[in-house]
Amino acid sequence: MEALLLRSNSEEETIALGVEFAERLRVGDVVALYGDLGAGKTEFIKGICAYFQVEDLVTSPTFTIINQYSGVAVDGSSLKIYHVDLYRIETAEELAGVGFDDMVFSHDAIKLIEWSEKAEHLLPTAHYSVRIMADDENDSHRTIEITAPMTDKQGHVS
Amino acid sequence: MSEPVILAIETSCDDTAASVLRGLDVLSNVISSQDIHDHYGGIVPELASREHVKGIAPIVQAALHEAKCTTADLDAIAVTYGPGLPGSLIVGSHFAKGLSMRLGIPIFPVHHIEAHMYSGHLEDPSLGFPAICLVVSGGHTSIVLLRSLSSYEVLGSTRDDAAGEAFDKVAKLVGLGYPGGPHVDRRAKLGDPEAIAFPRGLMHDGTYNFSFSGLKTSVRYYLRDHPDAPINDVCASVQRAIVDVLVSKTMKAAREHDVRAVVVAGGVSANSELRARMSAECAKRSIRSVAPRAAYCVDNAAMIGFLAAHRYREGHRPMDHSFTIAAHALRAVD
Repeated sequence: MEALLLRSNSEEETIALGVEFAERLRVGDVVALYGDLGAGKTEFIKGICAYFQVEDLVTSPTFTIINQYSGVAVDGSSLKIYHVDLYRIETAEELAGVGFDDMVFSHDAIKLIEWSEKAEHLLPTAHYSVRIMADDENDSHRTIEITAPMTDKQGHVS
Repeated sequence: MSEPVILAIETSCDDTAASVLRGLDVLSNVISSQDIHDHYGGIVPELASREHVKGIAPIVQAALHEAKCTTADLDAIAVTYGPGLPGSLIVGSHFAKGLSMRLGIPIFPVHHIEAHMYSGHLEDPSLGFPAICLVVSGGHTSIVLLRSLSSYEVLGSTRDDAAGEAFDKVAKLVGLGYPGGPHVDRRAKLGDPEAIAFPRGLMHDGTYNFSFSGLKTSVRYYLRDHPDAPINDVCASVQRAIVDVLVSKTMKAAREHDVRAVVVAGGVSANSELRARMSAECAKRSIRSVAPRAAYCVDNAAMIGFLAAHRYREGHRPMDHSFTIAAHALRAVD
């Protein structure tokens, strides 16, 4: 499968694209998000959480590292979401110290990980990648590239 | 009857902390990154629950020693149950549960942000109610109406980044160190706060909510388009934008609820412009303003013990040992 390329012209559109993307997610899935400061990673995650009817405030976990939300799955059952931000993480020890391994392999939650490049070696082979890239022409435009797990499986050297 | 002696433990995020209180008096308040001034100036604590495991026993011992107590003197244990990093919270709560079982004394789980909210009353018990508290740190930015020690209402919170996070990320964008707050504060004193008009998110939306994510993006693009911009002016203008919104919304809440006092709590309360502006605005309206001392603003255990001491005094039933840690922050109120 080819990577899916989407365009967003505003923060609101980024959130809306997150809502649309969330439809394909199942409990246990990992979504790795990439993008510079201010690209809109948290906005996209707000969209995913909105789809799952999360009532908690979805805010940046830069300081808290892991936010946990409760949502509702399509079948009406309750659903746990981990919103992780590795921005402050500097070393592999710190990553282990915050309990990243346990979190990323937990089967009972959807895991959304900002600044995933800091934990590339610990991501399960099958995961979604969402890259949000700024547009040089227009400051409010973004290109969002989504790769599904199958592609990663073939492309990955594990 | 003599006042109860409470040992409080806090391990919600980066620091391991313990404190002993007799009644509402703080006898000791020990934090793993010891020197509070260094803390504000820039110690980067290690982000690992492993550090809490290593630190907790010596820090609890230090708190008892400083308070000239032994475990035999304790009447109750208080511990932060959330929100925070699960791996870190578990270290503190397991240690506290174990000690409480061994000593056969009650345990009071305390919410970390609630403890921050009342740190002004810990600093000055004569403050009274109602009061408005601005909780402003790296992870949280909320305005809370405090009605009593057991009743409060969250009037608004950040919709994206916390104010302290905005300081840190801007510091990173202009090439200053971590934690960014103190660096930006120092540079801002040397710059022109009117030099650049950065956005004041949600300033006039009529709510008590905040948004600092747009500011970060705006600084990023400003630096791209003005690579030679004086860093001091950028820092001064960013700080002005953040402080404008914090002060304006806090004072609006203070007027609307006709409060006696305004408290600025959490790590960002160390910001010099925020302190100065808030106290000036309060003075104009004859409202008391309190910024608790640094040792009560950073993540500390004294504030945890303070709330537990009140609950003990009011005859609240302690929890049994089955309580679990909780990662959730304060719920939104719309």
